[in-house]
Amino acid sequence: MINDILLSNNKAKGHRPYFFSDETIERVLNITMAVAGELAVTRERLDTLERLLQLKQVVTDDEIECFIPNPEQAQKRQRWHADYIARILRIVQQELEAIQQPDENNRNMEEILEELGRS
Amino acid sequence: MNRTDEKAQAMNLPPVYNHVEKHGAFPEISHDENARFNFLTNLNRHLDSVVKPGNKVAFDKRIKPWFQERTGHDFHTSAEVKEAMRQDTYYQMSSALRRAMLEMTQQASRSMVLRQIDSLADKASFYNNQRPETLTLDPDLEIPHYLKIVDYHCLPGSYYTEYIADDVANAAADDARFFVTTAGKFGELSDGSSKALVNFLTHNYPKFNPRRILDIGCGAGHNLLALAMGYPDAEVIGIDVSAPMLRYGHARAVSLGVENVRFIQANAETIPFDNDSFDWVQSTMFLHETSTRAINNIVREVYRVLVSGGLMLHVEHAQNTPDMSLFEQFMRDWDTFNNNEPFYRVMHQMDKTEWMKSAGFQSDNLLQFGIHIVNNNNHRLTGDGFQTRQNVFGAWKE
Repeated sequence: MINDILLSNNKAKGHRPYFFSDETIERVLNITMAVAGELAVTRERLDTLERLLQLKQVVTDDEIECFIPNPEQAQKRQRWHADYIARILRIVQQELEAIQQPDENNRNMEEILEELGRS
Repeated sequence: MNRTDEKAQAMNLPPVYNHVEKHGAFPEISHDENARFNFLTNLNRHLDSVVKPGNKVAFDKRIKPWFQERTGHDFHTSAEVKEAMRQDTYYQMSSALRRAMLEMTQQASRSMVLRQIDSLADKASFYNNQRPETLTLDPDLEIPHYLKIVDYHCLPGSYYTEYIADDVANAAADDARFFVTTAGKFGELSDGSSKALVNFLTHNYPKFNPRRILDIGCGAGHNLLALAMGYPDAEVIGIDVSAPMLRYGHARAVSLGVENVRFIQANAETIPFDNDSFDWVQSTMFLHETSTRAINNIVREVYRVLVSGGLMLHVEHAQNTPDMSLFEQFMRDWDTFNNNEPFYRVMHQMDKTEWMKSAGFQSDNLLQFGIHIVNNNNHRLTGDGFQTRQNVFGAWKE
């Protein structure tokens, strides 16, 4: 018998690269992304539940398990995922925008304060 | 197309996993597993289209000026680019997220497969027992060093580990993983490379009518089946060192009703067939997961088993070109170091012409061309990376 829970989470053979100067940051990032994924899964399950409730008034576990969204509902879910991921990774998008934008959009508050105080 | 579909296509949303066609040997997928894959295909799309391109922006606007100011000169090598990029916080975040996505995808695929490992093995056996004569396994075959030294694509246990008798778990996990990490860009059955190859050959070489085709390193047979369907009169044989992949691939073939195929457990360095016995020898994204010693043995073996006038082709990463920027060379190497693909870089740097000539192929008979992946799920292909167009090289044997 295998322990499928632990086996599913095995490490692959080969050194794992860490990208941040402090590995702890990367551990937290990985846990955060896993939680983000599980929230997405819960959101889809809730979507299923809501649609079934609308449809039938009464919901059973089998109904949730067997629910397959129609193409339009499925596309709405994809839209939700895209929106959700962009929201979670907002800081990465904003860092990129900061690099792309002119320097005057990224001035620090001390400097602005000094300038505003001057005139 | 209604307006919802138009919007989805404009935003290049990945295919919904619930609606992707599955073959008979595929695992059962629960509601939440489907949702997990939907999240991961979307995460992959976001990283690929929004986060990853930002590395070039960070490089141009931040890293290059910083390096030039510090050293007084421009970058001379891709190693210098790598060292500078590693210190950049945008690159750190982008890479950490991509590595996290790759590991999460493996976890999602394996947790789905391993919870049903027994029934999955039974299902594969059900199909395999319908046509046992076309699946030949060799329990004594030694797994090559290049596969044992690292788990490719971060798949724990790699392609060959067996957890139970008649196991197909890691093959099934890799099947699901491939679809998710490519966000379905290779089609619902992940065979878009070989469909494209068949299209190219039937269009450009209409007189080429192979009777026997050998697919080396065939894995779970995705591409082999597309070749068999493209040339239904040919006998198509796949060899691979992994028993789980062959069991799963063969079950897949039976479930899809593809009959002109055979799967044999063997090492491509010692092909178990006579001289001059194949009209076409094919590999698809196989060579970059081997080693220098192995590919030198492989090309000699391929030359040996090809008939005169036969064709060798490899769908494989193109080598770096002189006009490729140091930044581009650095980015092409990302998977080498961070997705457990250590031999990838060698394929980028290797002179394939000399390699083919070393086995006996003549300069005048060498080929190199690009193919556009055939996608059957109405998912728009964007960009010009390897996920939309693949490089093919090879040679005709005189």
